[in-house]
Amino acid sequence: MPFEHPYLPQTENDRAAMLKTIGVAKLDDLFEPIPAAFRLAKPLDLPKHLTEMELRSEFQQLAGLNKSTGHLDNYLGAGAYEHYSPSLVKHLLLRSEFYTSYTPYQPEMTQGVLQSIFEYQSCICTLTGMDVSNASLYEGGHAMAEACLMARAKTGRNKVVLGAGVHPEYAQVLRTYTHNLETQIVQAKLAADGTTDLDDLKALVDDSCAAVVVANPGFFGCLEDGAAFATIAHAKGALLIACVEPVSLALLQSPGEFGADIACGEGQSLGLSLSYGGPYLGFLAAKMALVRQMPGRICGQTKDNRGQRAFVLTLQTREQHIRREKANSNICTNQTLMAIAATIHLGALGPQGLRDVAEQGVQKAHYLAAKLSGLKGVKLAFGAPWLNEFTLDLGVAAEPVLRRLRDKGILAGVPLSRFFKERDKQILVAVTETKSRAQLDVYATALKEALA
Amino acid sequence: MSEEKLIFEKSSPGRRASTFPELDVPLTPWDQILPKSARRASALDLPEVSEQDLVRHYTRLSQRNIGIDTQIYPLGSCTMKYNPKVNEDIAGRDGFRNIHPYQPDETAQGALEVLWQMERWLGEVSGMDAISLQPTAGAQGELTALLVAKAYHDSKGRRPRKVLVPDSSHGTNPASASYCGYEVETVKSKADGTVDLDDLKARITPDVACLMMTNPNTVGIFEKDIATIASWLHAVDAQLYYDGANLNAICGVARPGDMGCDMMHFNVHKTFSTPHGGGGPGAGPIGVKEHLRPFLPVPRVERRVDGSYFLDETAPQSIGRIRTFTGNFGILLRGLVYLKSFGSDGLAEISRGAVLNANYMLALLKGRFKAPYGDRCMHEFVLSVADKKRDKDVSATDFAKRLADFGYHAPTVYFPLIVAEAMMIEPVETESKETLDDLAALLMRIDDEDPAILHAAPVNTPVGRLDEVGAARNPVLRWMPTKP
Amino acid sequence: MPSPNDRKYTTSHEWIQVSGDNAVVGLTEYAVHAIKDIVFLELPDTGKVLESMKPFGVIESVKAVFDLNTPLGGTVSEVNGALLNDFDPLAKDPYVKGWLIKLSGVNGGLTHLLDSVAYDKHCAEDAH
Repeated sequence: MPFEHPYLPQTENDRAAMLKTIGVAKLDDLFEPIPAAFRLAKPLDLPKHLTEMELRSEFQQLAGLNKSTGHLDNYLGAGAYEHYSPSLVKHLLLRSEFYTSYTPYQPEMTQGVLQSIFEYQSCICTLTGMDVSNASLYEGGHAMAEACLMARAKTGRNKVVLGAGVHPEYAQVLRTYTHNLETQIVQAKLAADGTTDLDDLKALVDDSCAAVVVANPGFFGCLEDGAAFATIAHAKGALLIACVEPVSLALLQSPGEFGADIACGEGQSLGLSLSYGGPYLGFLAAKMALVRQMPGRICGQTKDNRGQRAFVLTLQTREQHIRREKANSNICTNQTLMAIAATIHLGALGPQGLRDVAEQGVQKAHYLAAKLSGLKGVKLAFGAPWLNEFTLDLGVAAEPVLRRLRDKGILAGVPLSRFFKERDKQILVAVTETKSRAQLDVYATALKEALA
Repeated sequence: MSEEKLIFEKSSPGRRASTFPELDVPLTPWDQILPKSARRASALDLPEVSEQDLVRHYTRLSQRNIGIDTQIYPLGSCTMKYNPKVNEDIAGRDGFRNIHPYQPDETAQGALEVLWQMERWLGEVSGMDAISLQPTAGAQGELTALLVAKAYHDSKGRRPRKVLVPDSSHGTNPASASYCGYEVETVKSKADGTVDLDDLKARITPDVACLMMTNPNTVGIFEKDIATIASWLHAVDAQLYYDGANLNAICGVARPGDMGCDMMHFNVHKTFSTPHGGGGPGAGPIGVKEHLRPFLPVPRVERRVDGSYFLDETAPQSIGRIRTFTGNFGILLRGLVYLKSFGSDGLAEISRGAVLNANYMLALLKGRFKAPYGDRCMHEFVLSVADKKRDKDVSATDFAKRLADFGYHAPTVYFPLIVAEAMMIEPVETESKETLDDLAALLMRIDDEDPAILHAAPVNTPVGRLDEVGAARNPVLRWMPTKP
Repeated sequence: MPSPNDRKYTTSHEWIQVSGDNAVVGLTEYAVHAIKDIVFLELPDTGKVLESMKPFGVIESVKAVFDLNTPLGGTVSEVNGALLNDFDPLAKDPYVKGWLIKLSGVNGGLTHLLDSVAYDKHCAEDAH
């Protein structure tokens, strides 16, 4: 009995007719170019195929083993945030003309994706205060690494100085990416208030420095003085890279305003689901003078031969498919669909909606922080201004407390011991618009009980 | 068809497509939270539109685009196969969609099991000993694997400086090698499309870290001497890299790991049916042989004796972290669903279908179009219209643009670089005989048309041929508000 | 049309006209035609010291990019900066108005370079 599968259309009759046209007796003959020794003699050691009904049931069971944000009140952030995304975003993303299409190398057939990318680039530019954005990178850590490589290419220098608030995993990604490129990566100390020690930063930035990276807000939630970073970087001829959180840009001075040359970051908070870490969206934008160093695809506006406005991938000579080993990055596949999702989400929110989301997160976080820091032994770890994410010092080992809160249905925060062994009493708490006052009150009560 | 305005041009102050509940906590004065100097002063030029207008805008944009669901997408090297709907349904489940990457492992056992199973499936399909699901796309997979190779050589106190790539290779291969600080050396191809073994052998010295090969290669020919090539490389401890872009040709039939390959990447968005998304996201896991396992990136998914899963960050020889969090989970999940839908009894049918379809298309077209590499292929083949360019001034681009008039996406054109006026066709296994017949007939009909029609094409698409020179000379890369 | 015989050529399609210690470097008409629509040109700053047969700049069409190699080493004394805003002189008059850079302190012999006859022969083979 032939193997029947809904994704395989050829019947026995089709096969016979096709083999006749080709001029071979049997299908296996077409595999003759593969030496017999390499052709599998027995089936792979894997389970047999499942029908769609069976797949749904097997994966429903696996999905059921995860505790989603619907089951646990989630206060985890540290680079990925739970936000509300209007229903229309998901529906439009399921337009299969978008999601089943390839990279728009044939622009006459792919104006939909191209115009969406152009709109995405425009959104990122207005958010960051930059002149040019690319069409997306893999994720925030990758975007920061590519930003540093841009600076390296532009300045011909080999040192990168990181602010103290750079996400530890982003710093690790940067180190991996530059491991063989003779690049020195150093990080400034954290000051007592949770921001970067600017004196230390100044001492580290010298004439060999390609870029200074400021993360704003920093990993611990604190706001940095972007303008001071810019002054320090530019005094030595280094570029300033701002690694920023896009929702916060509704409230905060944009990288362009405080003098950054490149802005980058993670775009997940613009309507993308948490999905256990991906697919997300790395965004990267820069001043026009850096456009030739920019990695990845860029969409531009032009005219067609009928005089209509049209969009096309442009400045492609920067890229690997043309410049090969001299390309300014190896990126090919990016995160286009995620960029389209973010664009639609931003369209759904508009400037006021984005401000609402940002403000609600900040207000609710400050409400919660005030309640929590009123508990005995509990305090905010740092004194600098912050937005919707803060480092809480529990006064006792955090892990057992978090476990007790989890049993009460609350993911209360990311234990900082995950990244810094010595910070075993601290947790990073993120609050977004998704939380109600009632939930925040439950959190405060639960923490009080868990500490008792 | 008329132009579709930009979403910004449909904006009118005060409109909005979503609202949020009123703030239900007492207001903390803003001056206590945010110093004035830190606040945004510049305008936020995001669109202000109603919900229906927003939905219409992106629905209309989608109609100015074609995908696999619209028509066959015969792009060579891209494996544009059907993207199963059940994959989307499963990935959209709350238990997969709404989980945070830093959740405690105990609350994400289902996700960890998906990753663990995916590693096993990919390992068995490829014959590789260890898998890392971290890389986000094929190019990042290449980079990751080369970093692993570098770490391996370092561990042996060796400092080879070169990576070899065939002249028919994907552009990402040399670009990835440069990232690792390697010099790239190009190996010649022979007239039959395979690697020139004499040229290759002469280049294999102790200074070679790795050879990157696509097999079948980018002209659709299987490199049958791959085991010999592997033995030459291994004699100097150089690594053989398998670019998995063309895995669809051998999936379930033969395994890179059995051919002497030391490392490889998978394109989950090619071979394992996850959507291309207009350019991404994809997933580019890598597989390696045992000797390279210690160098794989962190985190690793591990299983305890009690059957529970956890993320392990402790690997002293690891190259470190190649991305934040744990890979493109949502894409890997879709890939696993696809693999399970075929299973051990069906996986070979993928490549059998793909190779049958490609050879059938080639048989239909070879009488009319020049097939520089013979009348057999694996899952894809290359045609050259250099003769038609010479005789009647009709180029590969002209064919591509004219196909668009009939609602078809073009084949890959002008790749690989070693074939003049190349048209590379990969019909994939999910296309029916009738669809292939139609496309072949259409290509021949276009070939019969007056060249002037081809030069003017496309005329039935939303836009005609674009001024790409103007786009590059005077870049307009974003919408700008008109200042009052 | 035969290439001018008052200068020397490289196989990568640059020309050089040497007078004493100084020289002018440009791109040949053949190359300019092959590139067709120039979209980008990158030239070095004056004062930069160049090594013989090494890249000093880049020229691009929409889908291709070419290094510009200097036929001889020397120091960049002048750059045809007007070309960066208007490619026309290069496209239409590559041997006179479309020169790229001037060099001082030119060093090295001319033996590795082609005369106009050899260069035209090279182009004829190249076109094949």
